[in-house]
Formats: sequence, C-alpha cells, structure tokens
Amino acid sequence: MVVGASLAGMTAAQSMRWSGHQGELVVVGAERHLPYDRPPLSKGYLTGAVDEARLTLRSATEALGITWWLGRRAERLDPSSAGGGVLTLDDGSVLEADGIVLATGARARALPGSGDLAGVGTLRSRNDADGLRDALASGPGRMVVIGFGFIGAEVAATARTAGWEVALVEAAPQPMARVLGSDAGMAVAELHRSHGVEVHLGTMVDHLVATGGRVSGVALSGGQVIECSQVVVGIGAVPETEWLRSSGLGLGDGVIADETLLVAPGVVAAGDVARWPHPRLGGSTIRLEQWDNAVEMGGYAGKRLLAWAVAEPVEPFGPVPWFWSDQYDRKMQLAGVATDRTEIVQGSFEEQRVVQLQLDESGAVAGAFCWNRPRQAIMARQLIAEDVDLETARGRLG
Amino acid sequence: MVGTDIAGPARAPRRQQMKVVVDFDLCESNAVCMGIAPEVFEVRDDDFLYVLNDEPPAELQATVREAADRCPKQAISLVGD
Repeated sequence: MVVGASLAGMTAAQSMRWSGHQGELVVVGAERHLPYDRPPLSKGYLTGAVDEARLTLRSATEALGITWWLGRRAERLDPSSAGGGVLTLDDGSVLEADGIVLATGARARALPGSGDLAGVGTLRSRNDADGLRDALASGPGRMVVIGFGFIGAEVAATARTAGWEVALVEAAPQPMARVLGSDAGMAVAELHRSHGVEVHLGTMVDHLVATGGRVSGVALSGGQVIECSQVVVGIGAVPETEWLRSSGLGLGDGVIADETLLVAPGVVAAGDVARWPHPRLGGSTIRLEQWDNAVEMGGYAGKRLLAWAVAEPVEPFGPVPWFWSDQYDRKMQLAGVATDRTEIVQGSFEEQRVVQLQLDESGAVAGAFCWNRPRQAIMARQLIAEDVDLETARGRLG
Repeated sequence: MVGTDIAGPARAPRRQQMKVVVDFDLCESNAVCMGIAPEVFEVRDDDFLYVLNDEPPAELQATVREAADRCPKQAISLVGD
C-alpha cells in the first residue's frame, strides 16, 4: 500500500509491480487527481502550454493493477510489529497492508496572518495552479511574489513573460544562496532584474493590505507598500507528518528512515516527506524536495519493501542529488550540493553560461552549478558519484 | 555484507523491437537520458539532444527504457515496445 499519490508514491507502486509484486496494490491520495507532475505547475501549466492530460504521470495510466483511493486523506497509521500496519482515512475507511510506502509529500508553508484573503495563494498543488492560472489569464496586472526560492522565481518569470508587472520580495540578502551558492543566487537575481522584475532582497513583509476582502498591496518592513492584485507566497514547504503523530514513528522535519529508507518493519518512506541518513553526508540526515530524488527514492523504496519481506539485505540509498530550474529561457542545474568554496571551470556568470564547481573543506568536488550547460551538469553528477579528484573534474568539465 | 543493488526502478519484461522517438517540442535538454544511456542519447554543446541510434540493440533496451521513464518531460517514446 502506498500512502500519497505523488511522484514518489507512483514510482514506488510501479517499482513494486515491475519487481514482481503479484499481490494487491493500493494507492491512497488526498487529492482527487491521478498522480501528476509538479514542475509544469509553475511554468507551462500556468500559461496553458501544458494541459491536464499531459500533467498526469505516464506511469499513472499504465496497466499496473492499482486499486486507487483518491480524494481521501490518511489520518492515522498504526504500525504492526509483523510489518506494515493499519491505515485510517478521513472518511472512516480502514485499510490494512503488510507493506506500506509513506509518500505524503509536503505542503506549502502559509504566510502567517494572510488568512483567506482573495488574490493570495501558494503554489504546490494542481488546485493552487488552477487558481493562479485563472488569475494570470485575467491580467496582466501587478503581482508580488513573496519568497525568492525556485517556485517564486519560476512563477515570477512566467508572470513577467505573460506581461505582468512583478515584484519579488525576499527576506535573505541573497536568493537561493543555501541551495545554489551565493554567486549563482545573485546571478539569478540579476536575471530577473534584467527582465524588469522589481527585486527586493533583505526585505521582510510586514503585512498584506486588503480592500474589500481582496489583497491590494504588500507592506514591506521599511514602510513601502507595493500595490498589487495578486500575491503568490513561496516561502517553503512543510512535510506532511501530522497524521503520523500517534504512529510512534520517528518524526522531525519529515519521517525519519534508516539508510535504506526503512521506517519500521514493512514500512518505508520516499519523496519530500522522507528524511534519511545520506551515505555521502557522513551519517547526517537530509530531506530533499526534488523531482529526480522523488523518482529515485520511489523506485528504491518499492524494491526495498519487497526485499524486506524476504529479509534480503540491500545497499543504502545515496544517489548524488540533482535538480533543475527553468526561468525565462534559462536553465540552471545543480548536481551534488552547493558550498561556499567555488571554482569556475567554464564560461562565466556574465555570459549566463557557466560551470562552477563546489568544493568541500578538503577541496574535493561536492557539487557543480551549471547555467545553460545541461550536458556538463549530468556529467558532473556522474563524476561526483565516482568521487573523481578536482584535476579530473576540471579536465572533463572545462 | 554484500547487499542487492536496488537503485532505480526494476524493468518490466517486454518485446524485442524498439524505435526511439523524441518529442522535441517537449524536450528541455535536461540530459538525464544521456546520463543513463549515453550510447543512444547525446546533448551537445549547442544544448540540443541528438539521438545517436534510434533502433537500439536488445542489450541497450533496458537502459533506454529507464532513460525514457526518467525523462523529466516524458519526451521520449519507445515505439513498438
């Protein structure tokens, strides 16, 4: 049984079937939709370039013999020491399984005090995107995006391209510095400025201004008010673990799994909700909100569950992380992790074509930021996995 | 202790023939396919994807299927598979 009709959950279901699981296969999802792809929600789906049919994951329409429980939210899990456990849904249904994948993902963090003001939304689910798509179609108007992370930056780029006036407000002095490194973060800020986006860094939002139940502006901490008809809040996500509070499972910014994603006997976790000790991080745990990680983790988790059932030992889960973001006509990718010690081996930020290595304290290659260099990003991911030395990385990526 | 390598989804058993078709309107040159099956997919320095062999031999088909499944844009179709 898979709890969470997400990319990770769907991939886990597919993986179990393909690995020979012949028994019943149940997928439970809080949303009414079949599992869908999230990256287009901040880009093509908002403009209409990607339609609903295209959004649905291809694997979700495969003949995998899945029993769907959609539109029902998981409310409680009682794990069994024999493996798996009993799941209670919000409509009172009770489902039992001897193997369970936890893939409930994360929800967008709400802006404190924004209430249910019209014209204010987050972007995480398809319903969120439907609302924002309609709002964009009613424009162009003025939009304020609160939070200069990937979702915020992509929405800003999409709205700006559609002719909206856009302001991006970020509390940190540099956007995305923790995930991309500060050079790349500032380059992304410059990219948005060059497209006419008003970028406010190191700026807090004081409150939202409303007129007749609808947002009409965003008041900044310095007193300035930016007038707008639409606000998009992109200030991060919170893992969906509240429903597990009584389960006795380890929780702490995610469900805590071991290095093979096992959470309890016959229970594994995958995707945005899962926190596990990554073998490349020397035992410290990590939780990733990335498309490729959801796919890799789901695939592994499904097989992990089958291996658990026959007490077969498995290798730990530890791929080199990799993600991409598309803004305007630019593609940025990060393989591995960003550090504050960097070296450019190809191009420059000014050209907006660059390969920048991220080095750890020992000088080893921990990551690579690539801007409009997709080939090098994938090569870098492989080189990092092979633990090549700096000299080799320079030669292969330069 | 030696464990089983279970990274990546397992492959479903399928038929022999396969033709690789890329929808270039969807392809974003993320180069994931090249990372998995470099014998068949290559993203060059012009940022475009080139299919090096659109009828891959049997021994490459499993990795080509993985590349198609892992494409973030689901832009790769395998005809006759």
